[in-house]
Parts: sequence; C-alpha cells; structure tokens
Amino acid sequence: MEGMIVQGFNGISLGSILLLIALGLAITFGLMKVINMAHGELIMIGAYATYVIQLLFKNHLPPEYFNWYFLLAIPFAFIVAALIGMLLEYTVIRHLYGRPLDSLLATFGVGLILQQTARSIFGAPNVGVEAPPFLRGGVEVMSVMLPYTRLFIIALVIVCFLSLFVYLYRTNGGRRIRAVMQNRDMATCLGISSRKVDSLTFAIGAGFAGIAGSALTLIGPIGPTIGQNYIIDAFMVVVVGGVGMLTGTVIGAMGIGLFNTVFEFWTNASMGKVLVFALIILFLQWRPEGLFSLRTRSLD
Amino acid sequence: MKKILRRKSMLLGAALSAVLLLSACGGSETSGETEEGQEPSAETTDEEVKVGILHSLSGTMAMSETSVKDAELLAIEEINAAGGVLGKQLVPVIEDGASEPSIFSERATKLLQQDEVAVVFGGWTSASRKAMLPVFEENNGLLYYPIQYEGMEASPNIFYAGAAPNQQIVPAVEWLLENEGTEFFLLGSDYVFPRLANQIIKAQLEASGGTTVDEQYTPLGHTDYSTIISRIRESKPEVIFNTLNGDSNVAFFKQLADAGITSDDVTVLSVSVAEEEIRGIGADVLEGHYASWNYYQTTDTEENASFVESYQAQFGDDRVTGDPIEAAYFMVHLWAQAVEEAGSFDVDAVKEAAPGLELNAPGGKIIFDGDNQHVWKTVRIGEVQADGQFKEVWNSGEPIKPDPFLEGYEWASEISSTVQ
Repeated sequence: MEGMIVQGFNGISLGSILLLIALGLAITFGLMKVINMAHGELIMIGAYATYVIQLLFKNHLPPEYFNWYFLLAIPFAFIVAALIGMLLEYTVIRHLYGRPLDSLLATFGVGLILQQTARSIFGAPNVGVEAPPFLRGGVEVMSVMLPYTRLFIIALVIVCFLSLFVYLYRTNGGRRIRAVMQNRDMATCLGISSRKVDSLTFAIGAGFAGIAGSALTLIGPIGPTIGQNYIIDAFMVVVVGGVGMLTGTVIGAMGIGLFNTVFEFWTNASMGKVLVFALIILFLQWRPEGLFSLRTRSLD
Repeated sequence: MKKILRRKSMLLGAALSAVLLLSACGGSETSGETEEGQEPSAETTDEEVKVGILHSLSGTMAMSETSVKDAELLAIEEINAAGGVLGKQLVPVIEDGASEPSIFSERATKLLQQDEVAVVFGGWTSASRKAMLPVFEENNGLLYYPIQYEGMEASPNIFYAGAAPNQQIVPAVEWLLENEGTEFFLLGSDYVFPRLANQIIKAQLEASGGTTVDEQYTPLGHTDYSTIISRIRESKPEVIFNTLNGDSNVAFFKQLADAGITSDDVTVLSVSVAEEEIRGIGADVLEGHYASWNYYQTTDTEENASFVESYQAQFGDDRVTGDPIEAAYFMVHLWAQAVEEAGSFDVDAVKEAAPGLELNAPGGKIIFDGDNQHVWKTVRIGEVQADGQFKEVWNSGEPIKPDPFLEGYEWASEISSTVQ
C-alpha cells in the first residue's frame, strides 16, 4: 500500500514536470505547428533567469528576503523567455510557417547558438541554484514523505494550466489565437492581424518554457545543455496527447509519468525508459493522431 | 611567382615526407638497439621542445577537463621558469578532443605525426583513453593520463597518474565496512566505469561479510531519481556507493535532500565528486557525505599550500583544485624528471628511466611504479564541509602500490581474468 502511494506520487510528480515542459510546446508545436527544436533552450533561459535573480538576492539584498526570490523569479523567467521567443519568431520562425522540416533545422541551429551563448555568459560548468528555504524538506502523509519542491511544482502546473486554459477559451485574445490557428485566411478576412497573433502566441509558448526552466532549478542541474535532457520528453507528451489539444497534453504527460515510474520500479531506469518508448510506438500505430484529435472542417 | 611557390611547397612536402619516413623507421626500431647518433623522435630545436595537451575543451566533458588543462599549463610554466627540461623550453601544443573519442584518436595522431611532440598529457573518460591507446602504441608515443579509472588495463605507451581501483575504490569499501555499515546500495551511471567498479565492490563485499542490497544504473544525464529514492527508502541501506558521473549527481543529491534523507540517515560515498563538482551540486546538500580520492584542496602538505596559491593566482581566486587537477599537475613534473634522468626526449629512454622516480606532489609523496606504469599514491577519505571543501577523515598513511588488475586480492581473481 505504502509503495503504491509512493509510486503514485512519483508518477504524478514526474508527470507534472513533463506537463510543465510540454505546456509551452503544446502552444508552439500543437497550435502553431512549428517544430521548435530550440524549445529546450528556452527552458534553459528560464533556468538561468532564475539563477540570475537568485544571485541578485544573494549579493544585493538582506538575507531575510532570500525566501521570496523564487516568487519573483517565475514571472521574470516568463518575461525573459517570452521576449527572446518573440525575437526568435520575428527573425527566424516567421519565415518558416508551413515548412516544418526547414523550421526543424533552423531552430535546431538556433538552439546550438543559444547554448553557446549561455556557455560564454555563464561558463561551461553547471551552476547551482539553491532552493528557497520555504521549499526545503517535505510533509509526511501516512508515513510517506512528499517533498515540498515536488508539491510546489504540481501546484505551479495547475496554476499555469488553468490560466492558459482560461486565456485560450474564455478571453477574446484567446479566441483570436484559436481562430488564426484554425483558419488563418478566414480570421484575417474578419480583421484579425494574424501577424500580431502569431508573434504573441509564440511568445506565450516561449514564456511557459521559461517557467518550466524556473521549476527545473528545483530538481536538477542548471547548465547550457539542460534543455536537451527534456526536449524529447516534451515532444513525446504533445504527440501522444494529440497535437493541438490541451487536455490531451495533460493526460499524455500524466500517463507517461505514471507508466515511466511504474516500469522503472519493476525493472530499472534504463529499461523503464525503453519500455515507455516501446509502448508509445505501439500506441501511435494504433492511434497515429494521438489520444485526442482536433476535428476541423479544413481540408488539410 | 606561382610556379616558384608551387615548387617550394613541393620541396617542403618532400622534406616533410622524408622526415615522416625517418621517424617511422625510428619508431619501428624500438625493440632493437638504437643506432649511434640517431636523432630522438621528438621534434626538438636547440631551445625548444614541443609537448602535446589533449583534453575536451568543448562538449559535455569541457567543464571538468578545462581545469585539468590549466593545471598542466601551470606545471609547464613552472618548469620553463626554472630553466626548462635538458635546457630546452617546453612549448605546449593544445588540441581539443571535443568530448568525442574519435576526435581524441584523430588529434592524438596529429600531435604525434605532425607536431612530433615529445609527450602528450591528456584524456579524461575511459572511452577517450581507449580510443587513444592504439594510436600511441602504433606511433610509439607516450601518453600521461591523469584520472582515476576502473583499472584492468596496461599499455606500454600510457603512464597512469590517476588512482587504480586499489587506490580508491577498494580502500573506500574497507573504510565504509569498518565505520559506516555493511549494507550497500550501489548506484551508478550506465557505462563502463560504474559497471566494472560495482563488479569489484560486489566481489569485495562478498569476501568481507558485507551485503549488496540493491544495484541500480541510470543513463548518463538522467535527472529523475524519485523511484531510485523510493528503492533506497525500501531497502534501507547503511551506505550508498555512488559511481554516478557528471550532471546526474546534481539531480540525485538535490532530490535525496528534498526527500528528507540526510547524511545522518545514510552515508553516500562518491568516487567522481571532487571540489569542482561540489560547486555545481551545492555544498549544502552534500554536507556530511564522503568521497574517496588521493588529494583534496585541503590536504595539508607544504607543496599543496604553494600549489593552491599559484593555481589560484594564475586562474582566479574563485577556482578550486581537486584530485584530477593535482594529478595532471604533478605528472608533468614527473615526466620532466624522467627526461632529465634519461638525458633524452626519446620515448624508450624515458620509459627506461621512469621507474622508481619519486616526487613530493601536493597530495604527498608519489613513486612511479615500474611494474605497471601507475604511481604509488596515498588514499584519502574526505567529508564534505559546508564551504564546499573536504575534511580528511582517514588516510592510508603511506603511498599504496598500484594494482590495476587487483592481483593482490583473492576475491578479484574472477574479474581480472574475464577482463584480460
């Protein structure tokens, strides 16, 4: 029983991390159909943004404020990544809409450039980010230890997901985005500037990558190649969930997270990953369009 | 004009190939007697001699190997300031192995054939060393390798300055059994070094009354350790023997601390976490855990005080030294001493002169062993302190004879026979 609770929690916590890193991709890849290989580097930018805020608090503010740096770091990471994403969209991706293979190559190159830039600015070695004091330790539930950092990430994911959901489905800005993504020509005819919407949508996707980077500082190393560790998982989640579907992304992330931890527990880490991949391949044979698919009237 | 240029380059080419041919002949004659008055194979002029430095300055290993390269440059500078070797100044030729074994082997070929360096200092991963090994054997070159490794290797053209298993892993297990407990959890990255190291540890535990409660490997770069930590909770080991490499250490130690498992609950002893890595992981989560090495920045010797001082004066006050850095530093001095002893830069003469040479390295006295081309070193167990430095809690007291094939241990006979 206790083992099941622990593994269930581990699965949800891994799933929440997967969901966080895939949320941005669900927008840029899922909605906009841009294969953005630099998504991992946007995550990295968010992680380094958190590191910078931490340094600022450590070196220039009295220590009693240190507890709060993380609450400032998350929006900061969002803004920095969103701005860089916007710049990326304007300089590179804008020219590549509807050319997925070209966008794959170009963004892969951009990713390498961003990695090297980070290496020049912050140095090749990993930097340590200290978790804020209020996130150290954990709470014990039925003799199972739940680390605060994991609980915090789960809460963060819920907040991110809900705000994205509300924005996309309940506001005019979100409706405009969905209109452009579903039928660009019709939307343009109705007076929506698809140019502006593209730029904004991509920036939002990039911003969520930034938040994911910020959260990753709580669990792992921060280095120029941190994004590489997560990019494949992120694509996996979006493809399994069904491209273009937010709910699919959630279920995809949780499913992969749970299966991964269960397999890992039965076998070992390497074998667990292999089994998950095998399962995904089989699943995609059965349902190539993923768990959920968007039914539109367009003829593509 | 063009014609002249072309002719010139043709001449140059002919001369070059002649030189190559000559040196190749020299190389193949190693087993016989050397002819009187034959030029040494290394390219030397009256004032200078080239030496190769071959480390990953880019790619995933760059974070570790860059500081090792710095240590070698520091030693070369010191030697030059003191008048050089055999009156000649050392000129380093630096090449980037780019964390790719194939590039290591290609660059090693270039250093030996084109630059005709007298010696190469280089390598970190076992994969890079294994890739360079045939190159050095074919060209009769000389490689000084500074990193602790899994043992089970002997090349006549490689001098090993890092620890053999009996100078790091075996004494660490002994110390843990005596002081921390007998139930071991083995955790490693999934590649050659951890797997072979754990094979050794398991055999040793079996022979000395310890038990292995679990053995787990994660892919290089793995970052989610929650399931492993559940296993640790379940199997309740007294000791975790950690052979994780690189980034994974950061994730593992952070998540271990988050799960509320501190050094009071279970002791983690690592063999790939030195001062440099502590900076990336964070001293706060490592405090109280242990490492096994031959040297720490805090090692209390006269030589070390001046070594740390000149290293930081050269490369910055925020830099730290560590075991691989120290080995890289002293092995350059060790080579210089062997050349002085031999009176020649010739590889065979150096090999003949090297056995038995002694040196007071920053980590204590070292002796070059003639039997297997490793060095005698003192073993030290250190405990991580809050400031990211180690406090030595045990040392072997004297340099230990290297035993890369663990021939001195009855329980290891099966492992060495399968590897050889």
